[in-house]
This record gives sequence, C-alpha cells and structure tokens, in this order.
Amino acid sequence: MKILVTCKRVPNPEHRLKIAGGKLDLAAASWQLNTFDEYAVETALRLTEKGKGGERSGEVVAVSIGPKDVGQQLRGVLAMGADRAILVGGDDGALDALATARVLAAVVAKEKPDLVVLGKQTVDGDSNQVGQILAGLLGWPQATFLASIKLSSDGKSAVVTREVDAGVEEKRVRLPAVVTVDLRIISKKAVRNEALAGPEAEWEETQRYASLKGIMAAKKKEIKDVTLAELGVDAKPAMTVDAYEAPPVRKAGAKVGSVDELVQKLHNEAKVI
Amino acid sequence: MAAVVVFCESDEKGIRSASLPALTAGAELAKQQGGDVVAVVIGAGVAAAAADAAKYAARVLAYDGPGLAAPLAETWAPQLADAVKRAGAGALLGTATSTGKDLLPRASALLGAGMASDITAVLAANRFRRPAYAGNALEEVTVAGPVVVASVRQTAFPPPAAGGPGAIETVAVGNVDALGAELVGLHATQSARPDLSDAKVVVSGGRGMREGANFKVLEELTDLLGGALGASRAACDAGMVPNDLQVGQTGKVVAPQLYIAVAISGAIQHLAGMKGSKVIVAINKDPEAPIFQIADYGLVDTWEKSIPPLCAAVKKLKAGG
Repeated sequence: MKILVTCKRVPNPEHRLKIAGGKLDLAAASWQLNTFDEYAVETALRLTEKGKGGERSGEVVAVSIGPKDVGQQLRGVLAMGADRAILVGGDDGALDALATARVLAAVVAKEKPDLVVLGKQTVDGDSNQVGQILAGLLGWPQATFLASIKLSSDGKSAVVTREVDAGVEEKRVRLPAVVTVDLRIISKKAVRNEALAGPEAEWEETQRYASLKGIMAAKKKEIKDVTLAELGVDAKPAMTVDAYEAPPVRKAGAKVGSVDELVQKLHNEAKVI
Repeated sequence: MAAVVVFCESDEKGIRSASLPALTAGAELAKQQGGDVVAVVIGAGVAAAAADAAKYAARVLAYDGPGLAAPLAETWAPQLADAVKRAGAGALLGTATSTGKDLLPRASALLGAGMASDITAVLAANRFRRPAYAGNALEEVTVAGPVVVASVRQTAFPPPAAGGPGAIETVAVGNVDALGAELVGLHATQSARPDLSDAKVVVSGGRGMREGANFKVLEELTDLLGGALGASRAACDAGMVPNDLQVGQTGKVVAPQLYIAVAISGAIQHLAGMKGSKVIVAINKDPEAPIFQIADYGLVDTWEKSIPPLCAAVKKLKAGG
C-alpha cells in the first residue's frame, strides 16, 4: 500500500492577520502545517500500521508545494513517521485549487499511489476544493470529509463514513481513490487497514507528535526537490485574489446582570423572542 | 450572453431550501453575464423537483435516471458539466452544503474551470467576494473564464421570489459509470428541529458543557425557542455531540436572528461560523472570554446556574406572563 499525503503550510491561525491597502502581509507570518493535513498524515500512517506502535507495512509519501522553507514542515511530517517527501518548488501563495490539483495530479502520475489522503480544507484559503478537483482530474472515485476509513483486506477498496449535513454517510470506493479527512478521523478506532490490523487495533485519540527518535530518523529521510517544469505542469491559477479587506468589526454590546434582565432585553429591546 | 447554471438539491417533494440562495446568486450573476438562470436537478425521478425549480428559473434541465439515485460526485459531476455545455453557460453555481462542497469542485475539474468557494457577493460577471482565513479576511477574487464555478454561502443570499414557470427539459440518463464508488447508506440525524443553516434561533454549547448529557438543558432551551442546536468545534472534538452540529469555519455557517452561545469561549474558528447572526447572546462564566467582544448581550455565569432559570423565564414569557 502506497499512500500519498498532501501537506500545506499555513500561517498560524491564532495570529492576527495584517491587512492594509488591499493587501495581505504575510512577511512576518509564523508558518505551521495545516491541521487537517496533520490529520491526513496521521490517517496515512495508521493505514500502514498494525496498531499503535505496531509494525508497519507500506509507504507514506508526503508532498507539498512551496518555497524551500516548506522543508521545515515536511521534516516535521517525516519525524511523525512518513517515509519520504516531495517538495514541488512554487509560489504557494499564488496557486489556486485548480493549479494545486494539476500539480498533484502530475505527482500522482509519477508516484502511482493506491490512495491519496488530503485534509478537507486548508485553514487559510478555506476553499475545500483540492481533493475533489484532483479526483476529477484523475477520473478516480472520491470520498470527502471522512470520519472513518477501513481498507479492505485485499487492498482493493475502502469503506468510509463521511460527515454530511444530514448526518453520517457510508460510502465504498474502489482504489485508487482520493479521500479528504475531517476532524473525527483521529478518533481511536477511526482508521484501519484490514490487511494489517484487527478490529481490536486502536490509536491515541489525537494526531501523533514527533518523538526524539522520529526527529533523528527524519534527518536521514529524503525530501526530493521537484520543479514544475520537470512535472510539465502549467500552474497558472484560474482564480486570483485581487484585494483583501478586513471584515467589518462587530462591536461588543453590554453585559446584563441577570437572566431576567437578559430575557427582558431580548423581548423588548432586540425583539427576538 | 451566457446562461448561469444553478445546481439545485432536491428530494421527492421539490428542491431543498438550502438551494434557494444559490438561485438568488445565480440571478444576480445572470444579470452580469447577460443570460438566463438554468436550474439543474439530478436524481432518479425528479419531476416534482423540476417543477419546483421551474418557479425560479427560465429553464430547467432535469437529469433523470435510475443510476443517479444516490448523490455520488462520481456520477453527478458529469451531469453538471454536461448542463454547462448544453446551456452554453458561462457559470456554474450551487450552495456550499456538504453535497455542494463535494460535487462542485469535481465538476469544475471536468470543465477545467476555476472555482471560488463560499461566495458572499457577486461583484461582476467573474468577480466575487468570499471570506478566507476563518472569516478574518474578505477576498475579492477573479475567476478567469470561459466558465466560472462558485459555491454560494447559504446565509449570504436571501431566497428568490417565485416567478413564471420556466421550460423543463428532461434529460434521460442511461448507464452511468460510478468509477467503483457506491453509497452504502445514510445514518441521518433524527431531529424534529429546523436545519441549523436556516433556523431563526440557534443555541450552541461549548467545551464548558463538559459532557454530552449536559446538552439536555440546552436542548430544552432550543426547543422552547423553536431553534436548532449547535456546538463549538471543541465540544464536537471532545465527542460530546455529533459533528454535524458544529458551527464554525470547518463546520456550518449560521446567521440566525438570535444566536445563544453557552460555555463557548469564542475561538476564531467558531466566530467565523456565527458572527453574521443578528443578535448574539453569550453566557460564559469567564468574564474575559473573547465571545463577549462580539456579543450584543453578555451574561457572566455558569450554564448550570443560568440555563434552567432562562428556560423558566422563556416559558413564562411564551405563556404571556
């Protein structure tokens, strides 16, 4: 089982954005791996494991697009346990989802994975598109917003549960396939490769953090630099951002002293109950 | 002159209310593009849905076939791409529901078209406003043609007025290739409450509720107000409530008349999902909680001490006292 997992860096979402003159200034941003991509890495690793801390079988390849600096986030993913990484040189700030997916499709053509795992969205662009576009470009089945995934013992299909508006949907997809993960995927028993792990297998209720051993091992692992030209991809975005502005500020109202005062104000002043 | 194709989700009765805002956005965009709105319904037996959609569009394309019964992106996205070609359309829109989010990007891939997610305004024939960075930035984006694709934020556009019936064309769809994908089943959340995304009142609980059983008191308040129950990501993460209740950047976006946040601190990603609400009430025991910075009415108290008397007071009010 070979799994390709996507890793995008994002500015720390807890930090205040600097927006001025229609521009977003990320020069001083502190970068980190997109949380949903961390979950994707955790998912990919569990699919190659017999259980927590158990033997591994299969390969997890991490891929990112961006400048050299992204090597830092990829090194972190290798320290979590991924086997090797590919860094496609490019301007990650200028790519839209379509261009990103075209680059990934070219990487898929070279690597021929059985499964591509992505986070359901990045928490900067918030577009929630790349996995679906990639599946469309490849003509592969897709399963988005996964709460769980079970790979069949013959390695030919996966049964997943998906978080949808109406509840939870169960879907079966033939491999190779593209999947995107939601936050429940890191539950203890959400991920299992039936060829490796029995029903009793479980993991920590969180994505793993790099151990010291993992960090040491990561130093010896490969991060292969690839150019867009080598992949033969036109990464011209179809969607471009012309301007940024800060959203209107919502002013704080008043504190009320009691439940009765609250109800009176909602009834008489705001007229909403 | 280019038409705008609007994907409408439907059930056996008609189109879903979640799709109405996309028809409004579609009409705005059609004006910019100088064409008509073409509504698309997809499924097995969509006559009622097509008739319903015809109230809001000049033309309806109804893709009907037994192979389209399940809402699979693998089989539905090609129908949307076909509709764009058939209508000679310059745009494809749909609401950013879980189905829309799953389907529209795949259709954009089949069309080789760029896509803007979650648009909140139509600025020109190929320009939109959309939130990013958990709503902390508003982007003005241009999607290069010839076809532009966008998903529409449900709370950003009102439902359209019904007009004269449009022309319905049924496209009989024979064999479809699901590419080895199959819907096994849907475990629907059973709820008599309104949908989160179009409820007039939303009551949400956060990490401070501590455990799922404690949401009972919030359910009582929710039902007294005829609202929908929501939750913060922290509460969903902790497994207190199902994830489909999540309000926020990575959950649902709501904009009710009244939003009551209980034991929710107000993380950026939660605010992204509810700060468009008309009136916000925050109840939190921590007077420094960030949620108070955007609340119209704040009450510093624990949920244990405040929610039962709040229920009693609402009950009294509803009884005319």
